[in-house]
Amino acid sequence: MSNATVVVVTSGKGGVGKTTSAAALATALAKQGYQVCAIDFDVGLRNLDLIMGAERRVVFDLVNVVRGEASIKQALVRDKRLDNLYLLPASQTRDKDALTDEGVANVINELRMYFDWIICDSPAGIERGATLAMRYADEAIIVSNPEVSSVRDCDRIIGLLDAKTVVAERGERMPKHLLITRFDTDRARLGDMLSVDDVVDILSVPLIGVVPESKDVLKASNVGMPVTMADEDCPPSRAYSEAVQRLLGEDLPVTIPSEKRGFFGKLFKGRAA
Amino acid sequence: MNILSFFARKEPSASVAKSRLKILLAHERGNDGADAALISSLREDILEVVKKRIEIDADAVHLEMDRSGDTTTLGIDIELPRSA
Repeated sequence: MSNATVVVVTSGKGGVGKTTSAAALATALAKQGYQVCAIDFDVGLRNLDLIMGAERRVVFDLVNVVRGEASIKQALVRDKRLDNLYLLPASQTRDKDALTDEGVANVINELRMYFDWIICDSPAGIERGATLAMRYADEAIIVSNPEVSSVRDCDRIIGLLDAKTVVAERGERMPKHLLITRFDTDRARLGDMLSVDDVVDILSVPLIGVVPESKDVLKASNVGMPVTMADEDCPPSRAYSEAVQRLLGEDLPVTIPSEKRGFFGKLFKGRAA
Repeated sequence: MNILSFFARKEPSASVAKSRLKILLAHERGNDGADAALISSLREDILEVVKKRIEIDADAVHLEMDRSGDTTTLGIDIELPRSA
């Protein structure tokens, strides 16, 4: 039997950093030596390929596989830099019904045989793409910005995770992790932004990481590299790498990495790579 | 400007955000469309009652729900024709 873990990266709201986070987490997991596959569920508006720098090598996609027009192995795009990191791209079709429940189930089941970690990048919204991205997940990473509309939408998504997933239908609880992104420590300190504790308190989901707002994220996506690949020492990369440590079960206190390296940062610099 | 608004300004926007969210989410959890159903049936009922005495349009009845803290208020606004 396979020991694969399927993780959905979801948020409800768009633009909070799902794709950035899915790419960064998948890369960080691959760097730990695991066989990792990232799946883009955003049919019609695929972007994970672009963030991962694989856009020119996409031939077949998830919809082709679901429809039986291509095998999974044909559709998987291997990362050029990490040979244990793969992407299953979304299709650019405008057909909203292109994905079927059964088709997605078959794809995930087959991927479970080849990979240790399967990261499902959910589209925004609560329609078919989003519900299918979460349907077969074993765990969920909920991405929220410290902002009212994002937090509210995450609450909706939590409701769906507890109702519309196979795990929930089996009567089990979907393990959930909260990833706060685009966090600005200074603004939170001034009371202009919801604090980490506020968001955790409202959503009641254990925190897996806090990714600071950073110019490094845009720089990385500009050049088609997940931020954890582009510069593994920058604050968002450290946040994602720490989140992965926690996903792997390590009991690590959550920190908010910043530009300035403190004493401990210097001390552990050598170990991070 | 009254003195209250001067003091109100001191509350950080993040705490306003937090309390708004707490109230909203407490309500949204487990109330999927129940309010909308209640409001529209109430609206039908009120329209029926008023129509017995006054000839009014179906869209002359406005219902508004306002949730703040522990209380929920229901505002009913009925627009009567000039002749009534």
